[in-house]
Amino acid sequence: MSLTIRTGTIIAALATALSFGSAFAATDSEHPHTPHEGWSFSGVFGHYEPVTLQRGYMVFESVCASCHSLEYIAYRNMAEPGGPGFTMDQVRAIAAQHQVPAGPNEFGETVDEYGMPLTRTGIPADAIPSPFPNVEAARAANGGRLPPDLSLMAKARHNGPSYIYSLLTGYEEAPEDVEMQPGTHYNPYFPGHQIGMAAPLYEGAVEYPDGTEATVEQMAYDVANFLMWAAEPKLEKRKRMGFQVMLFLLFLAGLLYWSYRQVWADVEH
Amino acid sequence: MATSDTTNPDRRDFLYIATGAVGAVAVGAMAVPLIDQMNASADTLAVAQIRVDISQVPAGQQITVLWRGKPVFIRHRTEMDIEEAEAVEWEGLRDPQPDSARVKEGHPEWLVMVGVCTHLGCVPLADRGEYDGWFCPCHGSHYDTSGRIRKGPAPLNLPVPEWVFVEDSDNNIIEIG
Amino acid sequence: MSHESTYQPGTGIEKWLDARLPIVRLAHDSFSAFPTPKNLNYWYTFGGILTFCLIVQIVTGITLAMHYTANVDLAFGSVEHIMRDVNFGWLLRYVHAVGASMFFLAVYVHMFRGMYYGSYKGPRELLWMLGCVILLLMIITGFMGYVLVWGQMSFWGATVITNIFTAIPVIGTPIQEWLVGGFAVSNPTLTRFFALHYLLPFVIFGIVLLHVWALHVTGNNNPTGIEVKGPQDTVPFNPYYTVKDAFGLVLFMLVFAAFVFYAPNALGHPDNYIPADPMVTPPHIVPEWYLLPFYAILRSITFDIWFLSAKLLGVIAMAASIIVLFLLPWLDTSKVKSLRYRPMLRPFFFLFILVCIGLGWVGAESPDTVVFAVGNFEFLMVHLGLTLTSAYFIFFLIILPLVGVIETPSAMPASIHESVLKGRAHAAPAE
Repeated sequence: MSLTIRTGTIIAALATALSFGSAFAATDSEHPHTPHEGWSFSGVFGHYEPVTLQRGYMVFESVCASCHSLEYIAYRNMAEPGGPGFTMDQVRAIAAQHQVPAGPNEFGETVDEYGMPLTRTGIPADAIPSPFPNVEAARAANGGRLPPDLSLMAKARHNGPSYIYSLLTGYEEAPEDVEMQPGTHYNPYFPGHQIGMAAPLYEGAVEYPDGTEATVEQMAYDVANFLMWAAEPKLEKRKRMGFQVMLFLLFLAGLLYWSYRQVWADVEH
Repeated sequence: MATSDTTNPDRRDFLYIATGAVGAVAVGAMAVPLIDQMNASADTLAVAQIRVDISQVPAGQQITVLWRGKPVFIRHRTEMDIEEAEAVEWEGLRDPQPDSARVKEGHPEWLVMVGVCTHLGCVPLADRGEYDGWFCPCHGSHYDTSGRIRKGPAPLNLPVPEWVFVEDSDNNIIEIG
Repeated sequence: MSHESTYQPGTGIEKWLDARLPIVRLAHDSFSAFPTPKNLNYWYTFGGILTFCLIVQIVTGITLAMHYTANVDLAFGSVEHIMRDVNFGWLLRYVHAVGASMFFLAVYVHMFRGMYYGSYKGPRELLWMLGCVILLLMIITGFMGYVLVWGQMSFWGATVITNIFTAIPVIGTPIQEWLVGGFAVSNPTLTRFFALHYLLPFVIFGIVLLHVWALHVTGNNNPTGIEVKGPQDTVPFNPYYTVKDAFGLVLFMLVFAAFVFYAPNALGHPDNYIPADPMVTPPHIVPEWYLLPFYAILRSITFDIWFLSAKLLGVIAMAASIIVLFLLPWLDTSKVKSLRYRPMLRPFFFLFILVCIGLGWVGAESPDTVVFAVGNFEFLMVHLGLTLTSAYFIFFLIILPLVGVIETPSAMPASIHESVLKGRAHAAPAE
């Protein structure tokens, strides 16, 4: 390969490496670490483990959903391929356990006798309902802080799944020299180290039907996997298609190179 | 990869044709997502089937539900409605159809139809018209107790969509679509 | 065009068409028979690659526009609808987003190629300037496209960049409010950016036609910088360069596909997966990587000069960094086109590339980050930015004019044909 092409490639690689910057140095929080078993969805052959995602949904449902919404996930998504792998009947049953916002009734009312917004039983097509009717109610119930929607959390943070996992397992006592704002808790993985959410996971918070021990690490791992799926439900399809596309392009490149050599065979260049 | 293939025109041509063909496959493959993205998206398909609880509809009453963007009449017919519908000599109708072809076997009391007039698309009114069924006020089409066109400009009977009783629901829930 | 058309219509339909609208003749003359220097290397495939990129962006863009809603309350959700519910929506979105990055990667390579081989020199000045217009339109289009997602970076990037107009004295704020359609970036801004983002690519397409037309008037430059003297220097574009361009394109597509399928968000910023919030500013507002050098230049001037505020000077510097590109054909005083034969300028050129990369790095970093410290003195990012910005302008305004005058070019081949004959050593080692 000519020197210019080599130089060009090195410059391109350097540019790529440098221009991404060091997002973490700037936010003064500790670098997230991956769990020891790694993430099944990373790499060229990345995939989700349906059992893990089902456990993760359970954690989300039992622990997180009381404060956090998951607005871009509909119940039916959990029956689609490449996800938790519930059957349509299971999804129907899960949806039916939840009340979702309903429109005005036949009298034109939008709230019931207690002033609570009208609801109806969920169906698979419904999005997972938010625990609060609006942002203001969410803040009021959480000391002025807004629990963010978690649908995209795994993509909205650098190293998202590892960030989620580290955050959930990383709560510790504040160091002596740190003055904590009222209502906050110390977590070295949170930018600024003072997070409004108290440690949500504790040993045995959830009882897994498959008998897996519900340690904090296990629940954090399962819910991080689940949230990665919630952010990227098409990951498996994407990587599978990618493999086929790359192989095809390599093959086509080979054919084109051979054609190129043929066409130029008798021209000095 | 210096070869002397230039001296073999057949091999060279085969290579060019093969390359061209693989290139054409690539272009064709690229067309698939571009065309498929215009098909109904997953959220639209999710409400392409709806389940309706019919247990609270008394005889002689009708509820209207929205299905695929159109109104669907679910009528709980009375004995009289059913007798009247079955008594008609259906072979001579504009759109010949026996009542039995428009209801589920053993359950003639449930009539499910898309409430869109087959003339120009208005929504017919229930319990009106000269045939005790529906009447379309736009251009005066009359439908009978089976939803068949009897008088007026509409060419076809009110369409019956695909529907079933949901298993294990005691026939209280139907799924349309 | 100075060449005789060699097109011979064959069938009856071809003759009928040729007598009424000779587009097949035009295509044959421009892209089949067109005499092209026979020594073009792979850096020359990027023109075709750029055409591919433009078509990909337009086609994926139109399909995305079928599902996107340009309203502040619905935009972010509509993008998620595309990613989750639209058939292959995730693919179209990722191809479009990664495609923008690939488009800029290709255009920067294409421009550096033009600079290295002197393709901007006479008689190709207008060709180069049309290219600069295309770059400018690409920058505006890409910027507006990124806003459409209505994530945190979309909103705050739009806020920062539209605010630069307020640096202009007297008329600055009225201009900014006119641009934005209100007092701050809001729904009117979003809807007009959508309209313009849809429009400009077609304007780009028109300028590309002019660009290729201008190229065909003068003919291609080539790595020796020596003009074509006769048919012994050229080969017909088809099949020689159609096959070479296709091969180069497939290699490019391999890189493109690697990003789309395995690292689709690597070139983006996680903050854009957070819906826009006018009440919360992200800790670091950064544009997409391909705008970072310009962003660095904008932020590099932190001191007032006379009545000109630092903010205004930054704006002027950023504008000047693009305007100076237009002036390149006249800033370079050398008669020798290709840097192969310009041993004095060549190291400056590679340094210039490093300066551009360095500016990109600075653009991503916080200005008060320490680059290195010597004793008590801290050399900060903002200092590095100013240094590199100065280097950028020194290259164009001082080095290029000066070196062209004092340089002794190395020995050049007599012709293209001679330069490719086997057994004849190339004049310069940098190839």
